[in-house]
Amino acid sequence: MKTSDLAALRDEPACSHNLQAKTGCARPTPGAAAGGCAFDGAQISLLPIADVAHIVHGPIACAGDSWDNRGTQSSGPALFKLGMTTDLNEQDVIMGRSEKRLFYGIKQAIDRYAPAAVFVYSTCVTALIGDDLEATCKAAAERWGIPVIPIDAAGFYGSKNFGNRIAGEAMIKYVVGGSEPEPPPVDPARPELKVHDINLIGEYNIAGELWNTLPLFDELGLRVLCSMSGDARFREIQTMHRAEANMVVCSRAMLNVARKLQERFGTPWFEGSFYGVSDVSAALRQFAALLNDPDLTQRTEALIAREEANTHAALAPWRERLRGKRVLLYTGGVKSWSIVAALQELGMTVVASGTKKSTEEDKARIRELMGEDAQLIEDGNPRGLLEMARAHHADLLVAGGRNLYTALKARLPFVDVNQEREHGYAGYRGMITLAQELTRTLESPIWDAVRRPAPWLPHGVTEPAHG
Amino acid sequence: MAEIIRRSKPLSVSPLKSSQPLGASLAILGLNRAIPLLHGAQGCTAFAKVFLVRHFREPIPLQTSALDPISSIMGADDSLFAGLRTVCEKHHPAAVGLLTTGLTEAQGTDIHRVVRNFRERCPEFQAVRIVPVNTPDFSGCLETGFAAAVTAMIAEWVPSAPSDPSDASHHGTSAPSSQRGESGGGGQPRQINVLCGASLTPGDLEALRELIERFGLHPVLIPDLSDSLDGHLDAEDYHPLTTGGTLPAAFMTLGDAAATLVIGAALDRAADLLQQRTGVPTYRFPHLFGLEATDRLVMTLAGIAGQAVPASVARQRAQLQDAMLDTHFLLGRARIAIAADPDLLHGFSQLLAEMGAEIVAAVTSVTTPALAQLPLKQVHVGDLDDLETLAREREAELIIGSSHALDTANRLEVPLLRAGYPLHDQFGGYQRAWIGYRGARQALFDLANALLGHAEHAVAPYYSFYSRKADARPEVRHGATPTFADSGRWH
Repeated sequence: MKTSDLAALRDEPACSHNLQAKTGCARPTPGAAAGGCAFDGAQISLLPIADVAHIVHGPIACAGDSWDNRGTQSSGPALFKLGMTTDLNEQDVIMGRSEKRLFYGIKQAIDRYAPAAVFVYSTCVTALIGDDLEATCKAAAERWGIPVIPIDAAGFYGSKNFGNRIAGEAMIKYVVGGSEPEPPPVDPARPELKVHDINLIGEYNIAGELWNTLPLFDELGLRVLCSMSGDARFREIQTMHRAEANMVVCSRAMLNVARKLQERFGTPWFEGSFYGVSDVSAALRQFAALLNDPDLTQRTEALIAREEANTHAALAPWRERLRGKRVLLYTGGVKSWSIVAALQELGMTVVASGTKKSTEEDKARIRELMGEDAQLIEDGNPRGLLEMARAHHADLLVAGGRNLYTALKARLPFVDVNQEREHGYAGYRGMITLAQELTRTLESPIWDAVRRPAPWLPHGVTEPAHG
Repeated sequence: MAEIIRRSKPLSVSPLKSSQPLGASLAILGLNRAIPLLHGAQGCTAFAKVFLVRHFREPIPLQTSALDPISSIMGADDSLFAGLRTVCEKHHPAAVGLLTTGLTEAQGTDIHRVVRNFRERCPEFQAVRIVPVNTPDFSGCLETGFAAAVTAMIAEWVPSAPSDPSDASHHGTSAPSSQRGESGGGGQPRQINVLCGASLTPGDLEALRELIERFGLHPVLIPDLSDSLDGHLDAEDYHPLTTGGTLPAAFMTLGDAAATLVIGAALDRAADLLQQRTGVPTYRFPHLFGLEATDRLVMTLAGIAGQAVPASVARQRAQLQDAMLDTHFLLGRARIAIAADPDLLHGFSQLLAEMGAEIVAAVTSVTTPALAQLPLKQVHVGDLDDLETLAREREAELIIGSSHALDTANRLEVPLLRAGYPLHDQFGGYQRAWIGYRGARQALFDLANALLGHAEHAVAPYYSFYSRKADARPEVRHGATPTFADSGRWH
């Protein structure tokens, strides 16, 4: 990708980080960096598209070390789960045979798996040696008559978030608008119902949590044209331009998709969350408001009233057990406010929250929820997190998978709320799952056992860790 | 002699191979108070970290020089220098593994020069041992990357033997502390160096150490994953570095050992170098799977120690023999497909050959000189897609492979015995011991048990046209009146 293109992508007017610095994304520090690269981000964003052959064009590390490591679910095809890579060897790199290998690799994928489309991801080595990804993809598409989409997100272009954005950009540039949606099926029970089309952007169907919210949309007569990209199909991405309203669910890095859909097709959008009872309700209300349909608004309110009542009833016993427990929250900042609200709904006290990736509005929202004395954590290095947990007498750490073993080694209860998690916490139902998981770890009998010193140690040897 | 069949497809699908930098990182994690630093973009490190964290269920120290567009194009020496300094300042490691990646190798980086500059400009970190290793991911695999790191450790840290063997001034008198509480006992003649290849799990290393100690010998394992990644709970709650493993000082003592054992053909170069530096007699084992290989190890140890084989070891051998008898009904002529890096493939091939099993498909990640020696007709250098095709064609009854092979096994509807890297869909894979009499015995039991549930040996039911059973339930085609000609098709 050209330097000017990279710079243009860094400049995202819808992202409030843009206001503070020359570019929206900060540079990593060598020797003290955490998190993935742009290729990682691009792959995470698009891999859930289930009927596409995803080819990683590069030597083995990019695909060989990373395939088969995500919890995203498909209701149909499993093609996306196959790791495919050109697995370049030294000769390919030195002799310039990599483009040819890619070209025939695309043919291999098409012949063997009949995919709806092929996505090709560039990597550091193929970007450095100057492979013309776009030309190769174009030639292959013409030769074999199947869409072949270049995703030029070499690792060194930037951070994981930046890769999310490149992926979104590629979808807008090459895919969206490529096909028109079928008319929505008519529900025989409600033949008069006006069906609205919507998109969910940045919903990855981790642990199948999309399927917690999809029934709600069905009931309201909202057709999710495309969830980008959890359980998505190529054709659904092609029809995204026809939605009447878009929701950016999780990743701030995909704001560019919502913004461009608005610029080009006039689709209104909002940022929301499916974590916590009140945020789920708020998201449904937002849709009703953007769609400007009084009947929908009325049915939405009825659904919210019913679901909230049911959920609060189901949560009551769990709330009893979780009341007053102290949580240290570190999600890296994305939608921290939403998790804060969810935990507070359960009667828990959030003693501090990570805000590394949060915007100023996010932080303001967190302060609003937690009070002016809210402790905000900018840099969540493991030692710092543990010290803060101790200082604030936290009962558990709620964070991403990266901190799982940090917590466990410190004998501190832990619940994973990021992308590697094994439970779906979205939607009203997800809230009950969250309460159950929090209780499972907090009430486990192991904490006493793992903190207990060996009985043969002399009395007075202090307990080594947290507690 | 095995025929080696090379990759012929443009794409690798469901890759078996993991990268060299990942393998080299693993080797560095077997050093005490160490951290690997990958010279590349952030993803190389992030992927390797997630991979190892999920395999071991442990925090994994790993850092990156975090290249961006500018350093990728204009030169990345400064990023590497800055990364090294940050790691040293923040964590004060005993050892840093400096590993290249495809990106920096394609740039033509000279990491040795950067290390020299760092030594000149940052004398305050003189005590930090740095081991630079070239590990491009466009060649080799996990196993070769691991071996490259072991070779580099020897190259950097093992002094050449003095011409006069009595001059031992370069080493201290204290025993290497990886000997877990054993004191040196007054002399190095009881020390055994063990170069441990990537196919050995922490559980294997524990078993190996125990066996060597039975002979009154003191093993120094290089590297020692059983001391760092055996999955134990430390008193302290947080470490940015490895919490166990071979002490850097131990490398100074290798020249005084009675013998060097080398486990894994991938370590041949490392073994050559160590022998050349130290002159210590070297005993090479391509693997330690099965009766024959373990016999050789035990006889070697008895010879070095100058003592009889302990009764407990003899007992374990007798137990393995009994297990061979018990399981041969199932394992004899069992049709097995294996996907593994070369040394692990060699071990399993030997174990199964001893049982008379048929290896109907063998797929490995890279071509190595040792492959031709495997007790197999054919070895394919390829991916799990190749394994699936071959296993289906040749009707394999069981797959041996990593967690990546689970979908393959499910599609083939055969059981999977998990081995290798990564093992992320089970607990405790890293602590399993495969080697020695005991490891082989358990492996035979597990193989046989897996087949017990799956293999069908009984004759399929025949539903007689004439002597019908009123309660027999053959699946008759809907609406068809059975005839004698149909009876053979009823099942």
